[in-house]
Amino acid sequence: MSKTIDADLVRHIGKLSRIELGDAEVETLGRQIGAVLEYFDKLQQLDTEGVEPMAHAIELTNVLAEDVLKPSLTPDQALANAPARDENFFMVPKVLGESS
Amino acid sequence: MSNITEMSAASLACAIAGGEITSVQSTQAYLDAIEAREGDIQAYNEVLADHALQQAREIDAKIAAGQNPGPLAGVPIAIKDNLCTTYGHTTCASKYLTNFQAPYMSTAVAKLQAAGAVIIGKCNMDEFAMGSSTENSSVKITRNPWDISRVPGGSSGGSAAAVAGDMCAASLGSDTGGSIRQPAAFCGVVGFKPTYGRVSRYGLVAFGSSLDQIGPLTKTVTDAALITGVIAGHDDHDATSLPNPVPDYLADIDKPVENLRIGLPTEFFAGAAGALSPDVKAAIDQAIDTYKNLGAEIVEVSLPHSRIDIDEAGGLSSFAVACYYIVCTAECSSNLARFDGVHYGHRTNDELTDIIELYSRSRAESLGDEVKRRIMLGNYSLSSGYYDAYYNKALKVRRLIAQDFAKAFENCDVILCPTTPTPAFKIGEKTDNPLEMYAADIFTISVNLAGLPGISLPAGFSNDDPKLPIGVQLIGPVLSEENLLRTARMFEKNRIQDSVETKTEHEFHG
Repeated sequence: MSKTIDADLVRHIGKLSRIELGDAEVETLGRQIGAVLEYFDKLQQLDTEGVEPMAHAIELTNVLAEDVLKPSLTPDQALANAPARDENFFMVPKVLGESS
Repeated sequence: MSNITEMSAASLACAIAGGEITSVQSTQAYLDAIEAREGDIQAYNEVLADHALQQAREIDAKIAAGQNPGPLAGVPIAIKDNLCTTYGHTTCASKYLTNFQAPYMSTAVAKLQAAGAVIIGKCNMDEFAMGSSTENSSVKITRNPWDISRVPGGSSGGSAAAVAGDMCAASLGSDTGGSIRQPAAFCGVVGFKPTYGRVSRYGLVAFGSSLDQIGPLTKTVTDAALITGVIAGHDDHDATSLPNPVPDYLADIDKPVENLRIGLPTEFFAGAAGALSPDVKAAIDQAIDTYKNLGAEIVEVSLPHSRIDIDEAGGLSSFAVACYYIVCTAECSSNLARFDGVHYGHRTNDELTDIIELYSRSRAESLGDEVKRRIMLGNYSLSSGYYDAYYNKALKVRRLIAQDFAKAFENCDVILCPTTPTPAFKIGEKTDNPLEMYAADIFTISVNLAGLPGISLPAGFSNDDPKLPIGVQLIGPVLSEENLLRTARMFEKNRIQDSVETKTEHEFHG
């Protein structure tokens, strides 16, 4: 039997991930994520003392570009796929309170 | 003249540039083939018929005017649906992007067009390239042209099935852990993942940014060389694209590599004896014999951190797979944070007053199960308290894996191994068990972690009824594309094969 992570932890990760979860989903994900995490634990068998972490396989450093203006998207192009728009703004529910 | 849809991309381009066929004829032939077979195969999320015919007419006009139409003159090429195109849609097979129309062009597709290619459609895939069977698509299930009860592999399953089904001359896919090579093996075509950074990722919807690489799926090795030569190169829009000049991959493609040393990793052969289906094992042994006949020296090498373990139930696991899924889920959790229901894509219809709820519900409604799992796994292993145990540990193991390859390449030029442990599996066979699905990439995953070029080549067939293609994988050191492609071409030309094989024999006439 593989390990399961508890419902509170699943909900916490759901919140970090900005994904709303139903109760049935919490149960299934707890089981599935638990199984994968157990698989991840396999790496603990390896001694990595003193090994430098490798974030990129081809380690390019200091990639610089000239600081010049280049063509980019127009506001209309950038907003063309917006689900809700007001002139040149993306629309979202009110974030700040009444007293600003 | 052979049937247009059975020609290689290189020979088709020659025939079109030479005036034997028009680009419109070739495009129409492929549109007819799609019309005839798409019902069974379901490779395309969108067929760009009008747009393709318009491009074809422009190519024909160029040729009529005596202008150079480019090395891919009039060749119909299909594009994985995670590469942005300014026409049609770019959906990543996700409900989140169902109606998304990209405002800019991916560099790889722009380069294909500039070389005269006709973009014929957008191919199905696992949602956001997360999967190994294309069953994680929210659009539809793509079927393997060799046996429609089986998967085409994934995540570039539509791109592989379209080439195998003669529904395009070639296609582009993306490979994060095997997503070009594994479907190429399952569908009996050539699939090439170049060195990380060889092809610009600009306009490729990101999944695992340190692993993702664009590459071609083709009918021949020469086509893979031709297309890679077109799409490779530095791009100001992608700081990780490599500045090294792009060699002419076609110049010596037919010249055998001299003093070739082929490395066989112990861990993938003796060490994985129980992991391979007998048919795959036979095909790989035959591939080794092909190279022996060509005078190659066969040497034993070791990739200890890519070792394959088999549990009592026959399940496969490896350090590389564990390392990969930590790295790719971490990168995916960050990359997919951009899908917020605000800038583009799906937004919940519910009237919500809280923006966090808006993000969370829009994502919950539109992302598939595997995508949610991976985002959550990534956020877990990056979160405070777990970072060192998971993410940082994986990055250290990643270095060990890359060092194994560097050491192995001191004694050989190319590593040979299977692309997959088995031929294509049945639709639905592995959908309930993510870990079993992850094992489908057990031979391909280390290559991405180490940033190396890898190619899968058709290497024979299984004894199933109907027979299923088997792939052999060749892996080279960083930026060894030229040598790797030549080595692959040697195999394609001289492969020992059974007389029953006919379907994939596409002669190169160029």
